[in-house]
Amino acid sequence: MTQGIWPAVLGRFDWQALPFVRAWNNPTASEIIGAGAALIVIISAIFVVVLISRLGKWRYLWSEWLTSLDHKKIGIMYIVLAFVMLSRALIEAVLMRMQQAAAINNPGFIAPDHFSQLFSTHGSIMIFFMAMPFLTGLINYVMPLQIGSRDVAFPLLNSISLWLTGGAAGLMMISLVIGAFSTGGWSGYPPYTELAFSPGVGTDYWILAVTLGSIGSTLTGLNFAVTIYKMRCPGMNLMRMPLFVWTALCTSVLMIFAMPPLTVATALLALDRYLGFHFFTNDLGGNMMNYANLFWLFGHPEVYILILPAFGVYSEVVSTFSTKKLYGYTSLVLATAAIAVLSFTVWVHHFFTMGQSADINAVFGIVTIAIGVPTGVKIYDWIWTMFLGEVRFTVPMLYSLAFMMTFVLGGLTGIILAFPPLDYLVHNTLFLVAHFHNMLIPGLLFGMLAGYHYWFPKAFGFRLNEKWGRIAFGCWVFGFYLAFMPLYVLGAAGMARRTQAVFEPAFLPWLYIAGVGALVLFCALASLFVQLWVSIRERDANRVFAGDPWDGRGLEWSTSAPPPEYNYAVIPRVQGLDPFYDGKRNDDSYAPPSSYDDIELPKNSMTGPVLGVVAAVTAFGLVWHMWWLAAIGVLASIATVITRSFVRDVHQIIRADEIERTERRWLSAVAAAKPIPREVEMTSANQGLAEV
Amino acid sequence: MSSSEVKHPALNLCDSDELTHGLAGSEVLGFWVFLMSDAVIFALLFATYGVMLPATVGGPTPASEYNILPVFLETLVLLTSSFTFGMASVAMKHGAPRRQLLGWMGVTLVLGLAFLGMELHEFATMFGDNAYPTRSGYLSSFFALVTTHGLHVFFGSLWIIVMMVQVMTFGLDARVKINILRLGLFWHFLDIVWIAIFSVVYLQGLIR
Repeated sequence: MTQGIWPAVLGRFDWQALPFVRAWNNPTASEIIGAGAALIVIISAIFVVVLISRLGKWRYLWSEWLTSLDHKKIGIMYIVLAFVMLSRALIEAVLMRMQQAAAINNPGFIAPDHFSQLFSTHGSIMIFFMAMPFLTGLINYVMPLQIGSRDVAFPLLNSISLWLTGGAAGLMMISLVIGAFSTGGWSGYPPYTELAFSPGVGTDYWILAVTLGSIGSTLTGLNFAVTIYKMRCPGMNLMRMPLFVWTALCTSVLMIFAMPPLTVATALLALDRYLGFHFFTNDLGGNMMNYANLFWLFGHPEVYILILPAFGVYSEVVSTFSTKKLYGYTSLVLATAAIAVLSFTVWVHHFFTMGQSADINAVFGIVTIAIGVPTGVKIYDWIWTMFLGEVRFTVPMLYSLAFMMTFVLGGLTGIILAFPPLDYLVHNTLFLVAHFHNMLIPGLLFGMLAGYHYWFPKAFGFRLNEKWGRIAFGCWVFGFYLAFMPLYVLGAAGMARRTQAVFEPAFLPWLYIAGVGALVLFCALASLFVQLWVSIRERDANRVFAGDPWDGRGLEWSTSAPPPEYNYAVIPRVQGLDPFYDGKRNDDSYAPPSSYDDIELPKNSMTGPVLGVVAAVTAFGLVWHMWWLAAIGVLASIATVITRSFVRDVHQIIRADEIERTERRWLSAVAAAKPIPREVEMTSANQGLAEV
Repeated sequence: MSSSEVKHPALNLCDSDELTHGLAGSEVLGFWVFLMSDAVIFALLFATYGVMLPATVGGPTPASEYNILPVFLETLVLLTSSFTFGMASVAMKHGAPRRQLLGWMGVTLVLGLAFLGMELHEFATMFGDNAYPTRSGYLSSFFALVTTHGLHVFFGSLWIIVMMVQVMTFGLDARVKINILRLGLFWHFLDIVWIAIFSVVYLQGLIR
């Protein structure tokens, strides 16, 4: 394939790009694992296609889901994507832990290059394709309901964001099957990721996947912020918004201003690699410090983009399951806003050791420590919310409690790292790895899982299985401590992060414990899937159609579960912070409105799926230097946008009589349901109507 | 809600078209937010340029490459195009005959394309001088910044064409009006960015 037209058509593709060929030529364990992973991707894809075809669900999938502009469905699709990507990245983590446990004075079973790909994909996926889609999905589903709106401000843009993220995630999956991924870590530091040191396709996969994802996130942030500013229902002024909406707003503002630096960083790196520019190269005036600054100008606010929505979930969960008004609402709002602002002022703490003066380090160290203060305020507020409340230990509440304990621990190690002199000692060691997992697992994953358990009955109309929920919870928490506490010890003892082989026998017991922890975490993930399976099987016993399984407080609980497409037949009017909680105690929550009106909703559009696929194809063409494909992709994207701008038939009307039927069906179910006291909310007696 | 309430910064349709004015609130605010996000991109490209300015590595320098006269003419052309787009917006707001709106948009388009042509000519001159982006970090950052602005002008021009076709196809329905409001913001934003480029890049380069 080196002669004639083939190089122009196939770019730099050759048979060695396929992991199967590599494994055939060089059948080591490492290559076979690579080929196995590729095979899993292919088989899963075929399985899904066959399954959908056998069930005859293509049309349903296309018209009810993929092209839908309904914020609820888009939210669910984001979360499905997050779970798929979580599975892959967690398996990669297990592989890395196994390798390190096996590689003490021993090459282990994963080759260095393959190991580097594992930590690069693990990090990139967990941040960009697990955490971001999860929180975006949760906000997408919940926030418009909580502010009493029928959709987000820009439903089509919402679908486009989803599909750009989906296209980027698809690119990550393709990189398993064709070619190889970056070996430069999730932060992709040049000059290592420059052409001179990483000439392969891996870095290009990383650049393009991350860039597409970050553009999707910028647009999402824009969409959410405008929705929250402009589409709140009457009476809901800013200081009556549920705390989850406040955190969604702050996260959105961070997305708007913090994602562009990432786009700039990756775009300039791409210019270096594709056109021979000299931004971050070693020669001709390049300066990699610019990259470090640009990347962490995104990277630090990103931490709070990830954590703030989880804080919002905890605020909702703790208040609901303590049967108490949220303590210190105003201080929580101020703390959230303060964190959002401060998050832009601490980025240098990610590279204390990279040569700036001690004075600069001191300033950034102090600001870093200061950012712990508003976070501490929040922890106290949640504790005071529980104080003298009737705390119910449901699964979301368990996650919240585990979060409070674990997150404080991570915060304390963060204070250690914020001191530049101490940071010099543990920089680039497993101590750092332990620290940020200690922040992000409780501060993001537990929050997302708490939100998933809390709002699942709202989204699907039945509760998740409690027993398996508790098993999964136990595995996550126990597995977390087993897997990451040893890393603090190892890091303090000087074990560098991202090491493929270890030459210090004293590390062995700790690596073994961490390895067992990784396996427990794998069981936690498996338990979540078992829980989903069991819950779907016994869904009829656990239906909560009336819509309020937890004696909820916000507007989202005042509709049926699942809510109708239009969310609210009549836009609600609110008078306080917990409108539904107060409303049902005043007997005015389930009163039918005097009349119904037609409702206008956005019509489905294939613009999102088309743009997502075209963007992924363009990126693929760029990765493999198939210039014709990239050119076609760019032109097709422009053509799609222009064509869409000429479409005028973009709305559908839901007729008043249909709405009346839907609402009457729900209201009669509410009337027939038996109100339950909180003691039995975890049993089948819970039909979604709370005793007041 | 009274129609004269200001829904968003920039030219409002409140007095002439109450219905569209009501719709424009979140639609135009969304575009403002997008522009602010875009402004972050430009800000970082400016910062990168500032940091890389000394990185000429023995190659061309700002003083040797910038010519004030053509760049000043480019500036005049772009500023004029902002004025003509303003005239188009006013024509739309007050329901002037359609060909007046199209005329002003057409003039803006011609000026935008003229700007791009002059900019490309400047680039060609620099290339003739061996001032390629691959020559030094300084030139990389110069071309990244100025070309990003140029690409914005290119897509703005494409957008003007699309909107002219839409005005002819749909007349001035609410979506066309709102999109012309957004296009106006975009066009004026590019003008502001260019003023910053003219001052920070060209003028500073010449006085160094």
